[in-house]
Amino acid sequence: MSPARKKATTRRAPAKKPLRKTAPARKAPEVQLKVVAATVAAQSGPPIKDVEGLMAYAYALEAEASERYSEFADAMETHNNREVAELFRKLARIENMHAEQILEEMGWTRPPAPPTGGWRWEGLEGPETADHTDLHYLMQPYHALQIALHNEKRAEAFFRDLIRRAPSGKVRTAAKEMADEETEHVRLVEEWLKRTPKPESDWAHDPDPPRWSD
Amino acid sequence: MTTSAQPQAAPTPQAFKSDYKPVWCPGCGDYSVLSSVTKAFALLELQPENIAIVSGIGCSSRIPAYTTCYGFHGVHGRALAAATGLKLARPELTVVAAGGDGDGYSIGGNHFLHACRRNVDMTYVVMDNHVYGMTKGQPSPTTEPDWDSKLSPGGTGMRAFNPLVIALAAGANFIARTFAGDPNTTAALIAEAISAPGFSFVEVLSPCVTFRPEQREWKQMVRPAPVQWTDDPARAARRLMTDDGMNIGVLYKGSRAAYRTHAAKTPKRPAELEEEFRI
Ligand SMILES: Cc1ncc(C[n+]2csc(CCOP(=O)(O)OP(=O)(O)O)c2C)c(N)n1
Ligand code: SF4
Repeated sequence: MSPARKKATTRRAPAKKPLRKTAPARKAPEVQLKVVAATVAAQSGPPIKDVEGLMAYAYALEAEASERYSEFADAMETHNNREVAELFRKLARIENMHAEQILEEMGWTRPPAPPTGGWRWEGLEGPETADHTDLHYLMQPYHALQIALHNEKRAEAFFRDLIRRAPSGKVRTAAKEMADEETEHVRLVEEWLKRTPKPESDWAHDPDPPRWSD
Repeated sequence: MTTSAQPQAAPTPQAFKSDYKPVWCPGCGDYSVLSSVTKAFALLELQPENIAIVSGIGCSSRIPAYTTCYGFHGVHGRALAAATGLKLARPELTVVAAGGDGDGYSIGGNHFLHACRRNVDMTYVVMDNHVYGMTKGQPSPTTEPDWDSKLSPGGTGMRAFNPLVIALAAGANFIARTFAGDPNTTAALIAEAISAPGFSFVEVLSPCVTFRPEQREWKQMVRPAPVQWTDDPARAARRLMTDDGMNIGVLYKGSRAAYRTHAAKTPKRPAELEEEFRI
């Protein structure tokens, strides 16, 4: 098939919901939901030879992201933060849909197997995979979307880098399509964020905290 | 649409995850360890019914319930004792003991020494967060001496336990350290540990975001160990003298043969045991 891929379906913003009421003012939360660059497995990125290889990585990137958002949704559900759980569930569905689209567009009947030694990401995990420690049990939809935005930006950078390193015109074209899709996702999440209320500065305050030292 | 050639299907880590959803705090490093353990099983193409995960007590020790493998959530500090018995009775099983630093190095410290020394063919995964998470944040043996908290004002003032030093000195055959936030490296290391003969010890730095929120910074502090693994215990010991606890990778791979029971002499049936121990 032609390396040019159909445009993936774009993300939809969720219906606006009222924010949970925040607690009385107290010291600023010590937890930052800022995602930082990973340092351990700093590698040179995936060795892409052809369009199939590129799309296998694109699939892994989306599938890993979907799995992680599902885990986040489960964790939030367990901790009764239903609003954020729902949002993560939605993000998981969207990423899964992207992964499925890749299978369909490539005519693959099952997920591509990882290469020997596993997927070679530049960081610790795929560029769209959020870090577990970025969660907080009192986080709000805004925080979840900040995580999603960061991931979309990393995914965009990943494909832009592949355009630069592409071994052939076909790979370059496919990488550019993927990068442009991610640019669109960044825009959509930014829009979504604009419609989402910003948390108050004391969002992490818990009147009945798990640590008695609080 | 034409069909493109595609790589072969891989075994799925999901097959090793149970329907029970973890109750760990959102952000806890143990979620990643669970992912890594299931990935490791998939990498090794194991089957859940051929694996037993044995744990003690603690947040991290809940891990067996979240897998589809056989599991034993036992007594605090006794994961290794139970795992040793199981492996000797059912040598065909892949036995993984798992738990926290409190469980493994404090109340279970003695078992840790002797498990390393015995060198039974099993893998011990310790999710080290330098604190007792489950009981609300008391210092553990790996807690820094100056960690100030309401439960340990001004810090314990006690030197921290160094699990890799102890494992090496006591005779573990495979020793590695990894970081929960790097689940792919962790999965690969756990898979390697399971494949290695004898007692394999994998220390996983696994942040407790609730009682040690500053451990979120670990992801910026860890780094691949600057040197390759060694099979020379003396060299491994020298490396540990300059180790700051943030080097990730395999430290030591020994060649000591795994402990074997004299199987023919081991009574297997409860009736035989009863007979043997009759007073
Ligand atoms: C015999 C016994 N003593 C004490 C306890 C209380 N206790 C339960 S878990 C735990 C420590 C857990 O810490 P760790 O093993 O580091 O696990 P984490 O919760 O941090 O994962 C203690 C002291 C117990 N359950 N049984
Ligand atoms: S208390 Fe700490 S170790 Fe226990 S689940 Fe929460 S974050 Fe994890």
